[in-house]
Amino acid sequence: MQTTGILAAEVFAVPDTAEDDREPRADSGQESRKHRVRAIARQQRGRRGGSLGDRGFFIVSWLVPLTLVALWEIFARLGYIAPQILSAPSDVARTTWNLARDGSLFTHLGASLLRAFAGFVIGGTLGFFLGVLVGFSRLAEAVLDRSLQMARAIPFLALLPLVIIWFGVDESGKIFLVTLAVLFPIYINTMLGIRQVDPKLLEVARVTGLTAWGRIAKIILPGAMPSILTGVRYALATACMALVIAETIATDKGIGFLVMDAREFLQTDVIILTLVIYAILGVLGDSLARWLEGRLLSWHPNYATEETA
Amino acid sequence: MVSRREDPVSLAVTCAVNVHGLCRRYGERVIIDELDLCIGRNEFVALLGESGCGKTTLLRALAGLDAADAGTIKRAGEVAVVFQEHRLMPWLPLWANVALGMESRTGRALARNALGEVGLSGRENDWPRKLSGGQAQRVALARALVREPRLLLLDEPFAALDALTRIKMHALVKELVARHHPGVLLVTHDVDEAIAIADRILIMRHGRIAVSLDVAAETENGNTACLRANLLNELGVDVPRFAHA
Repeated sequence: MQTTGILAAEVFAVPDTAEDDREPRADSGQESRKHRVRAIARQQRGRRGGSLGDRGFFIVSWLVPLTLVALWEIFARLGYIAPQILSAPSDVARTTWNLARDGSLFTHLGASLLRAFAGFVIGGTLGFFLGVLVGFSRLAEAVLDRSLQMARAIPFLALLPLVIIWFGVDESGKIFLVTLAVLFPIYINTMLGIRQVDPKLLEVARVTGLTAWGRIAKIILPGAMPSILTGVRYALATACMALVIAETIATDKGIGFLVMDAREFLQTDVIILTLVIYAILGVLGDSLARWLEGRLLSWHPNYATEETA
Repeated sequence: MVSRREDPVSLAVTCAVNVHGLCRRYGERVIIDELDLCIGRNEFVALLGESGCGKTTLLRALAGLDAADAGTIKRAGEVAVVFQEHRLMPWLPLWANVALGMESRTGRALARNALGEVGLSGRENDWPRKLSGGQAQRVALARALVREPRLLLLDEPFAALDALTRIKMHALVKELVARHHPGVLLVTHDVDEAIAIADRILIMRHGRIAVSLDVAAETENGNTACLRANLLNELGVDVPRFAHA
C-alpha cells in the first residue's frame, strides 16, 4: 500500500462531488495528474534550457535557417558559388518578381493547381466511395478489395509510359496520374477507419434503436474520420509527387514546364524558385489538413484546438 | 430463505420482462439452462453470481443483443441498457449522446432535462472527454432513462468507479428509478451494492436462478449482516453463517 503525500492528496482531490460538477472544468483524477505531469515537464524544460525561455527557443529555431540563407547569399556574392550551381537568393527573388510581373508565374501556378485540384477531387471522391462501400459490405470487399490492393501494389509512377500511350500528352493524362495517387490512400484509410469503429459503440446503436442512416451518420463516419483525414494528409503528399512527375510529360505550362524549360537553359534561379513553390504548396496542403482536423476532430483529445485545461 | 413463486397468469400483467425456458449455449458449454425469470414493473432486482456464471449473457439476451437458443422473452415495453463502460460517442456533445436515436426536434430538450436529472445541467454542449468516470456513467444513465424504458438493464455500471463515487451513484440510481419506475435488473458482483439498492436479490448458478431473496423480508431492524453472510455463503465465500433469529 503506497501512502506518499502526493497520492493521498490526489485521492482527496478527486471525488466528483455535486459542487465540483457545476464548474466547467473537468475534475477527474486523470486531469489533476495531467496538471502535475505538465508542471514537472515545465520544471525540466527550465532546467535543461538554462536561461532560454520558450521565446528564446522560438528565436533560435528561426535564426538557423535565416543564417544559412544569409551565408548562401554572401558566398554567392563573393563568387565562391557559381550561379549555375546555386543562384543567390537575391537572384531568385529578382527572377520571381520578373515572372510575377509578366504574369507567367501565375499562369504556370494556376495550371498546376488546376491539375492537382481536379485529380484530388476525382481521386478523393472515388477513393472515399469505394472505401465506404468496401468498409460496409463484405460482398463489396470480396468483389473489389483484392483487385484494388493489387493495383495499389504498382508504383503509380511506373504507369507513366502507359498513361502517355492511353491519354497522349494532354491534360487528362496528368489528371489521371494525380487521381491514382490520391485514390488509394483515401480508399485504404476510409475502409480501415470504418472497419475499426468500436463494435461496443455499435451495440449502443442497437439498444438505442438508431436507424441505419443514424448509425452511419452518428457513429461510423465520425468514428472513421481520424483515419480518413490521415488518408487525406497522405494523399496530399502523393498528389504533389504525382504532379511533379506528370508535368515532366511534354507540356507547355505548369510548374513542371518551368523546371524543364529552366534546365534546358541552365536557369538555376528558376529551378530554385520552383522548389520553393513546391515547398510552399506542401505547407499550404498541411495547413489545409490541419484546418480540416481542427474542424472535424475537435472532439478528439489529440486534435483539440480549443482546449482550456 | 424465501423463494418466491409467482402465479404464471398474473405474470403477463405485472412483469417488466418475463423470461420462460431461456437457453443459451456456446458450442458444448451451456451458459443458460431453462431459465425462468420475472422482473416486476417498478421492481429493482440485483443479479449476483460467480464470474462466468452467465449473468452478463442473460442481460444481453434480455437487451436483445444476443439471440436465445430456446425459450421466450416477453418485454413490456422499451428496454434501455447501461454498460460497464460508459460507451459515449466521443464525437457527439453530451446532449446528442443522450438523445441518440430520438427524434431530433424533441430530443434536445428531453436530453437537457435528463442531464439535469443526473446533476449535469449546463454541460450539454461539452465533449465526453471532459468528464470524469463517474460523470460519464451518469450521462450513460441519462441516455438510458431519457427514453422512459419499462426495463432498465445495468451491467456492472459502477464496477470501474472509485468507492466514494460508487456510493453516490447508488443514491442517484435509487432516486432516478423511484421517479421513472422502470423494472431494473442490475448485474453486479458486489454483495453490498446489491443489498444497498435492490428490492430482490437473485443468485445465478449453473445457468439458472438458484436463489431469490427479498431484501426487506431478510433484513431485521435495518441489520443486513445476516443477509450478507447468507449471500456470500451462496456465492461460495466462506463466512460464519448467521442463524435465523
